[in-house]
Amino acid sequence: MSSRTKFVERDYLQPNHWRRNIWNLIIYIMLIMGSLMFILPLFWALSSSFKSDYQVMQFPPQWIPSPLRWQNYPEALTYIPFGRFALNTLFIAAAAIFGNLLSCTIIAYGFARLRAPGKNFFFILMLSTMMLVEPVRIIPLYIIFNKLGWIDSFLPLIVPAFFGSPFYIFLLRQFFMNIPLELEEAALIDGANRFQILWKVIVPLSKPALAAIAIFNFQGVWNDFLYPLVFLHKQTNYTIALGLNFFRSTYTVHWGWLMAASIVALLPMVIIFFFAQRYFIQGITFTGIKG
Amino acid sequence: MVCPQSRGHTTKYMTLHTPPVSTTLKTSLRLPRLKLRQREAILFYLCISPWLIGFVLFYLGPILASLYYSLTEWDLLTAPQFIGLDNYVRLFTRDPLALKSFKVTLVYTLVYVPMDLIFGLSLALMLNQKLRGLGIFRTVYYLPSVLSGVAYVVMWMWMFNPQHGLINTLLSYVGIQGPRWLLDPKWALGALIMMSLWGVGRTMVIFLAGLQDIPTVLYEAAEIDGASHWKKFWRVTLPLLTPSLLFNLLFGIILTFQTFTNAFVATNGGPLDSTLFYVLYLYRKAFEHLQMGYASAMAWVLFLVVLGCTLVIFLTSGKWVFYRSIDE
Repeated sequence: MSSRTKFVERDYLQPNHWRRNIWNLIIYIMLIMGSLMFILPLFWALSSSFKSDYQVMQFPPQWIPSPLRWQNYPEALTYIPFGRFALNTLFIAAAAIFGNLLSCTIIAYGFARLRAPGKNFFFILMLSTMMLVEPVRIIPLYIIFNKLGWIDSFLPLIVPAFFGSPFYIFLLRQFFMNIPLELEEAALIDGANRFQILWKVIVPLSKPALAAIAIFNFQGVWNDFLYPLVFLHKQTNYTIALGLNFFRSTYTVHWGWLMAASIVALLPMVIIFFFAQRYFIQGITFTGIKG
Repeated sequence: MVCPQSRGHTTKYMTLHTPPVSTTLKTSLRLPRLKLRQREAILFYLCISPWLIGFVLFYLGPILASLYYSLTEWDLLTAPQFIGLDNYVRLFTRDPLALKSFKVTLVYTLVYVPMDLIFGLSLALMLNQKLRGLGIFRTVYYLPSVLSGVAYVVMWMWMFNPQHGLINTLLSYVGIQGPRWLLDPKWALGALIMMSLWGVGRTMVIFLAGLQDIPTVLYEAAEIDGASHWKKFWRVTLPLLTPSLLFNLLFGIILTFQTFTNAFVATNGGPLDSTLFYVLYLYRKAFEHLQMGYASAMAWVLFLVVLGCTLVIFLTSGKWVFYRSIDE
């Protein structure tokens, strides 16, 4: 391993390497204590989700409740239709992801590969919209969608995705810029048009970036609260976030139920995170935000 | 429809069928004569047209519309009444709650953003050591930051529960009677800050990516020159990390000024308006009191304040952000 040889060199340069060992030990201890603090809230929620109303109030608390009251889950999830809320959210997410992947790929290709007067202006304009405060848009958007009769439908949460999102466009554009031009030139010489190049050369090579966008978008839809709150009113249209908030405001006394519902609402992101952590990290690296 | 790149097909089509001369044909005949560069420009605008249309419909239009609404009194039911700058005058002089909500948001931002940067940077520095098993720590610290939303807040409400929550339970083990957190006007804002700091992983990962981009050559050179750890941090690490710092600072400020969900779910502005965030108050004015004009004025003030902060940070960034000109 190359890192090991580096260590030897450094030890050679620094004779007092016992100080380094103590320093490393301190870092380990701090990291372990910190990560305990970070994992504890999740563990506490999970533990509480298996407790009865009585067990929840016990002092000192049981870390692993006995008996395990697993009934909290079916009870909480059927008390209000969480299955329906989850389906609603999944539908919105699927449609929005489809819209974003389609539009952002085409838009990003334009910004990455085609030369035109005014390109820089529009690129900077697009980037600056990333810094826009959302509340300045929400009232006019509400009024527009209200006029269109879209309030209390999923359209306000889906249709804008088909017009691209600045952050995803930026991420894809950075990724496209790193694909060697020679590949495209070869395809052009073979008689492919730009559309074929995009579809057959660029898209297959960009799977990691597209996956990162899909994951970010899913996260955005799953966690979103303000927009569904403004645009959806009927309970049958609720997303998981709206449903959980409704559940919270009505049944605060049953913490076991609330925690069970919260754990279920958190679970998809936890699972996606563990299987796709590298995409989250790559998403940041692609954008070159690192500096 | 007449895309420049489809020239090959068009000409083939014409020679095969020789269709009657029409306007569409004329344009398609004229297109090939365009210079290559012009064809590329047209294709560029075609490609970005979804974004351009979306920009006009969902960004530019709404921003201008809300500027107009901010000059009116409007309850959505009757036609908007033009009242000039009255909403702004009311906002600055006659609405103590608006002022209060601005103060709450400002205090939150001024405390949360620096803490987020310091914790994020410290964690990134520790995780950037060449030590075994750090991957698992990165996962643990990063995980909470992808979990934002209502479930995140509900979980923390239970953590902060005065009688049976985990925090006060742990405090009682060391003999401390914990405060009532979200129910106490003195502690509620602090509790919200603690809650948000659980998501420090986002900042941390961006710093970590920046740290891993610093060439080791620079550290080796510094070591040969006999620089201490402290000096290496101040002279090599920090200057090369300023672009990440700029990014985290900028988006930290922009996002915290818009805090809504956490306050709406955890406290709904209470107790005693101690967590009445600006956007929460704006939401109430717009969608509960139906004062669309006034809420639009509030939105525009926020827009200008954040724009001002962004510009100041950008303009001064030339002095403190260090960009590496070329790679090694």
